[in-house]
Amino acid sequence: MILNVARKELKSVFSTPMGWIILALLMFAFGTYYLNGINDYFSVMSGAIRPAERYGVTQFVGQTVYGLASFIMLFAVPLLSMRLISEERRSQTMPFLLSAPLSITEIVLGKFVGLVAFLSIVILYIALMLSTLNIWSEVDFGYIFANSLGLFLLVASFSALGLYFSSLTSQPVVAAILSFIALFALMILDRFFAGDPSNTMAKLSLMKHFQSFAGGLIDTADIAYFALFIITFLTLTIRRLDADRLRG
Amino acid sequence: MTNFTVEAIELTRLYGGREAVSNVSFNLSKGQVLGFLGPNGAGKSTTMKMLTGNLAPSAGSVKICGIDMIENPKEAKALIGYLPEMRPLYKEFTVDEYLTIAARLHRVTGGNIKKAVEHAKERCGLTHMSKRLIENLSNGYQQRVGIAQAIIHKPMVVILDEPTVGLDPIQIRDIRTLIREIGSEHSVIVSTHILPEVEMVCDHVQIIDKGKLVFNGGIDVLKRQRVGNKLLIGFKTPPAAAALLNIAGVTEAEALENNMIRIRFADDAAPHEAIVAAAVKNGWGLYQIAPDQTSLEDVFVQLTYQDAAEPAVAA
Repeated sequence: MILNVARKELKSVFSTPMGWIILALLMFAFGTYYLNGINDYFSVMSGAIRPAERYGVTQFVGQTVYGLASFIMLFAVPLLSMRLISEERRSQTMPFLLSAPLSITEIVLGKFVGLVAFLSIVILYIALMLSTLNIWSEVDFGYIFANSLGLFLLVASFSALGLYFSSLTSQPVVAAILSFIALFALMILDRFFAGDPSNTMAKLSLMKHFQSFAGGLIDTADIAYFALFIITFLTLTIRRLDADRLRG
Repeated sequence: MTNFTVEAIELTRLYGGREAVSNVSFNLSKGQVLGFLGPNGAGKSTTMKMLTGNLAPSAGSVKICGIDMIENPKEAKALIGYLPEMRPLYKEFTVDEYLTIAARLHRVTGGNIKKAVEHAKERCGLTHMSKRLIENLSNGYQQRVGIAQAIIHKPMVVILDEPTVGLDPIQIRDIRTLIREIGSEHSVIVSTHILPEVEMVCDHVQIIDKGKLVFNGGIDVLKRQRVGNKLLIGFKTPPAAAALLNIAGVTEAEALENNMIRIRFADDAAPHEAIVAAAVKNGWGLYQIAPDQTSLEDVFVQLTYQDAAEPAVAA
């Protein structure tokens, strides 16, 4: 049933220009950065004489592309997540789902899975693009895998938060702005506490936890952080929709 | 023991302390069409939302075919098809796509989805609209898609909230026929504030006012209230009321404007012929005699605006 809701969401994204445009723009941006990354690699590495300064092409290009990806998703996800619930509220289609034999948890999870599945297309695309480097060099697949996993968790966290803000209002634009501000704050939180890295607040930053994945390190502590983040916001969303039913 | 498809038991819904619906109880059996009447803001839609599990009742319970909506919402919802007042249509989909999604979400199993979609389209006269975007359909066709969506999984109970609002007369007629058709197999609850519609499609009527049920009974009971034992007679030279009261069976005579007289007669009496005979004999100049029908509107107003609104449970 969760998958049926997810399927409906995916279909809905692709039946409007929105999904295609975002997909095309993202691919264009990543493609450009990928190309630039390769070009730069040669100019930078030819200048690096000592062995310590040299590092692999996967990491060099991957850094640029994944760095951009984590930043660009900050804009893309709120744009996609904003309509998930608030659009249904506005066009009064919520009863369609609520009167179907689905629990609210299934509806929320379905919507979440649908959005994450759409964004996974992009993640998969980036991974494939970087893997093409393998044709003329040796790619560090572990690095790509860690980054993809990190990006996936990051994007899933964005989606969960976006979904929650979407459930708060019946204005998709308000939902987008709210989730963007919240995500942006969470992303740069560690900058505010840069002087004191052991501060608890800094540990809440999404970017801080993405950093270890970006370096190619899969740390269970970070996975746990993202998992908790996602569960928290999905639970809040479920509770919010349940409150609608109870208090109306 | 439970032959009822819908049982509403003392449904109450509070909105910030105000009772939108209070103590509404009723039952519905298989093959019945229930008309739900009431002025604006009477609590029709709220009741329907509670019946379909869109809204949790503050007190009371709903049972669909014996399954409790609060304890087993999924099983209960699977037996219901619901068309809310605002059509829940995803306008970016085509009719086929939308109905397929509806079928899938209502647990129609894989192989049967296509058949279910075809069947629903056929019943709602949508077959030639399959590939059209819902957005581009006219109001009436969108409404049909809404109804198709509600009957696609062959539910035991179909709940339609104001299904004929905003449609042209021909479409209204089509949809009424459709409701009758559905009603022969499933139980249907229709809300409306168009009274003749109730008379045409329903066999059971409920009138709700200010959240309270003021009438609950068969359509024939309402019709009887409506027709009554009354005659409207026009005379060129009207006689005195007393002269009419002398005729056997006449219990009341009331003079109206334009030389018209309204008379009431006893339940089993048929004084029509005697009145005509008397009129001819006495040269009253009879030019019109007709049963006096209180309009359904009057009955409705009578029921909804009486002060001590005791639920008149008949039948």
